[in-house]
Amino acid sequence: MKFQVNGVEVFASTGGRPFDKKKPLIIFIHGSGLTHMTWVLQTRYFAFHGYSVLALDLPGHGLSSGESLKSIEEMADWINNVIESVGYREASLVGHSQGCLVGLECAFRYPKKIKTLSLMGGAGAIPMNKELLTLAENNDPKAVDLMMDWAHGPAGHFGGHPVPGLYHINTGGMLAKSRTIKSTLGVDFRACDNYKNGFDAAKKIKIPTLSILATGDKMCPVKEGKKLSDLIDGSKVEIIDNCGHMMLLEEADQVLKVLKKFILFNFPALKN
Amino acid sequence: MKDKKNKGTDPKTYKFDTLSLHAGYQPQKNAGSRQVPIYQTTSYLFDDVDHAAALFNLERGGHIYSRISNPTVAVLEERVASLEGGTAALATSSGMSAIFLTIMTLCESGDHLVVSSQLYGGTVNLFRLTLPKFGIKCTFVKPRDTEGFKKAIQKNTKGIFGELVGNPGNELMDMPEIAKIAHDAGIPLIIDATYQTPYLCKPIDHGADIVVHSLTKWMAGHGSSMAGILVEGGKFDWMQNKKFPSLTTPYEGYHGLSFAEEFGPTAFTMKARAEGMRDFGPCLSPQNAWNVLQGIETLSVRMQKHCSNAEKMVEYLLGHESVAWVSHPSVPDHPDHELAKKLLPNGKGSMIAFGINGGKEAGEAFINNVKLASHLANVGDTRTLVIHPASSTHSQMDEATLKFAGLSHDMIRLSVGIEDIEDIKNDFEAGFRASRKPRLVSNQ
Repeated sequence: MKFQVNGVEVFASTGGRPFDKKKPLIIFIHGSGLTHMTWVLQTRYFAFHGYSVLALDLPGHGLSSGESLKSIEEMADWINNVIESVGYREASLVGHSQGCLVGLECAFRYPKKIKTLSLMGGAGAIPMNKELLTLAENNDPKAVDLMMDWAHGPAGHFGGHPVPGLYHINTGGMLAKSRTIKSTLGVDFRACDNYKNGFDAAKKIKIPTLSILATGDKMCPVKEGKKLSDLIDGSKVEIIDNCGHMMLLEEADQVLKVLKKFILFNFPALKN
Repeated sequence: MKDKKNKGTDPKTYKFDTLSLHAGYQPQKNAGSRQVPIYQTTSYLFDDVDHAAALFNLERGGHIYSRISNPTVAVLEERVASLEGGTAALATSSGMSAIFLTIMTLCESGDHLVVSSQLYGGTVNLFRLTLPKFGIKCTFVKPRDTEGFKKAIQKNTKGIFGELVGNPGNELMDMPEIAKIAHDAGIPLIIDATYQTPYLCKPIDHGADIVVHSLTKWMAGHGSSMAGILVEGGKFDWMQNKKFPSLTTPYEGYHGLSFAEEFGPTAFTMKARAEGMRDFGPCLSPQNAWNVLQGIETLSVRMQKHCSNAEKMVEYLLGHESVAWVSHPSVPDHPDHELAKKLLPNGKGSMIAFGINGGKEAGEAFINNVKLASHLANVGDTRTLVIHPASSTHSQMDEATLKFAGLSHDMIRLSVGIEDIEDIKNDFEAGFRASRKPRLVSNQ
C-alpha cells in the first residue's frame, strides 16, 4: 500500500492482505540497498494470521519516493513517523542487517512505542569494508556482486531457494540494482559505517528482543550478534546453521519458525 | 606491473562450468545424495492444516502438487536461471509450452505482439494461427529489419518476440537495438535462445527480459527428452505503465495479490507458475528434468565441440562443388557476421543452412543417401542431423510465408553433431555424390 510520511509517498507491502488497523502492527525493515521484497517469506504468514504488516521500502528505495535517509538516527525517527502516519500508537519491529541498527535505535528513542524487537543478522555496529563502501559510493555494480557473494551462504552460492525456481544471488542482486547503487547502497553503507550508538542503545532496551544469527554469516558474524545480545536485558538468541547473512531467504522456514514463536508469545495476534 | 594492493577484491561466486554442475542443489538437504534425486511423486505431505494453508497462500516456499512444482524440476529451474543470469525460471514439458505459457502470462485477449518472421515452423503457426483464437494478434517483421520492429508497435502491443538466430535461415536479430526499441515502448523483449544455450549467449546481458528455451535441444543434448523453460531477467519494471494489469493489480486468484508489488524481479515467473501451471498444466516430468540436468553438466564441453565441428563443416561446404550457398554466422560474408562476433563470442552455434545444387530433387537425394547423419525433425542432438525444411518442419507454410520466412526449396538444415569430423564429411560426400544424379537415386 502507499501512504504519506512527512509529505513523501511511501510504499509498504501488507503481506498480501488488506491493512487492518484493528490488528497489532509488525513493521519489517530491510537491509542496505534492498527492498520490502526480501521479507516475502515472513510477512505473508503474519498477514494471514491476525497481524497488520508493513514491509517498508525505505525512502528512495524500491517503490518509495524521496531520497535515501543519510543516518541510522534519521531512519529510526522515520519509523516512528511511519507508525504515527498509519494511525498506530505501538508496533513490533523486525529488522535485517542495517534494519537491525534502525530497529535498535528506534527502540532506544521510542521505548513506549516499540513492543518487541527481532534482529536478523544484527550487530551493535556494522563498520563497512572500505573497498565495498567506495565501490557503492562510486556507483560500481561490483559493489552489489561483492555484497551478494559475502551475504550468501551455501544456499545462495549453490541454490536451493525455498520458493521453487528462484535463484538467490541473482534475485538479491536485482533488488539491490533496482535504483541507482550510489543513492541506495552507497548512502546506506555510509549510514551503517557512521552509526556508533548501537551498544549504548542496547543497554537501555527493556523490551523482549530476539537475535537470529547464522553460523555462515560473514557480514555480521555470530560473535558480533551475541556481543550485542548480551547487552540487552533478557534478549534471546537463535542460531541457524549452514546459512549466511541472507538467512531470511536462505533458511526462510527456520527463520519464520523462531520468529513466529517469539512474536506470538510476546506480541499476541488479535483473536477472532 | 600491477600493484597487488590496488588489485581489489573479486566476488567468489561460482562460474559457468561450476554452476552447470552444482547450481540449484545441496546434497546435505537430500540425504547426502551426490546426484540430484528424482522425486517421482505427484504430491507432498502437509505437516498440518496451517502448513497446507501457508503453501496455498504463498506464505512460504515449498511443493504442493507436481503440476505446479517438483523438487527435481526446481533444481533444473534454478540451474538454468543461474546460467542465464536470471532471477527465476519455470520449466515446462516442451519448448513450445514454454513459449505458450510466456505469452499467456504476458497478454490478455485484445493484445498484440511484434514477432520476428524467421522462427521454427511450429512457433510461426502458434503466432499466426493459434494465438488469434485467444484474441492475440501478431505482426511479423523480418529479423534484420530493426526499424520495422519499431514501426510495428501498436498501442496494445505487449512484447517483441524472436529467435536470436532464426530457424532455419540463420538470420540474426540485433538484440541490443531491438531491446532498446521494446523498452522505449514500455514492453519486454522475449528471446528464444534455444540455438545458443547460455554458453554461447546470455540474452539478458544484451537487454532481453525473458528468455525461452527448448531444453530438448543442446541443453539436454542427447536427443532423449522433451523439455522447455522460461527464464526471467528481473530488470523489467512491470509497474512503469498500465499495460500489464494482471501483473500489477490485485489478482482474484490469490487473495488480491499483486505479483509485481509482492515479488518484483521474479513477478513474471511467480505468475506463470501460480496461474499458468495451475490452469494450463504443461508440467515437466521429474525424469525428464533429471535427463536435462545430466545434459547440462557437460554443456560447455559439448558446445565447444559442436561449434568447432560446425566451423569445419562450414569450411568444407563452402569449397564443395555440390553446394550453392552456405549460411552460418561464422562466415565473413554472412550479413550478420559482425553482429554475431559481438553477441556470440564463444562460438556461432552448430546450425548450418546450405543450398544444394540441383534444387529440391538433389536435396531429397542427398538426405536419402547420408547414413551417419540422421534425417529427423530435431536439432541440437549430439549426433549430426539433417532435414529439408520446406518439405517437413516448415511444410505447413504456404509459398508466400515460406519466402517471407527466408526459406527456399534447395535449403538443407544441418545440425552438426560431435562425431569425428572426418566421418561426417565422408558421409556427406556419399550424399553429394547421389545428389548429382538425383533421378537415378530417388528411383531406388
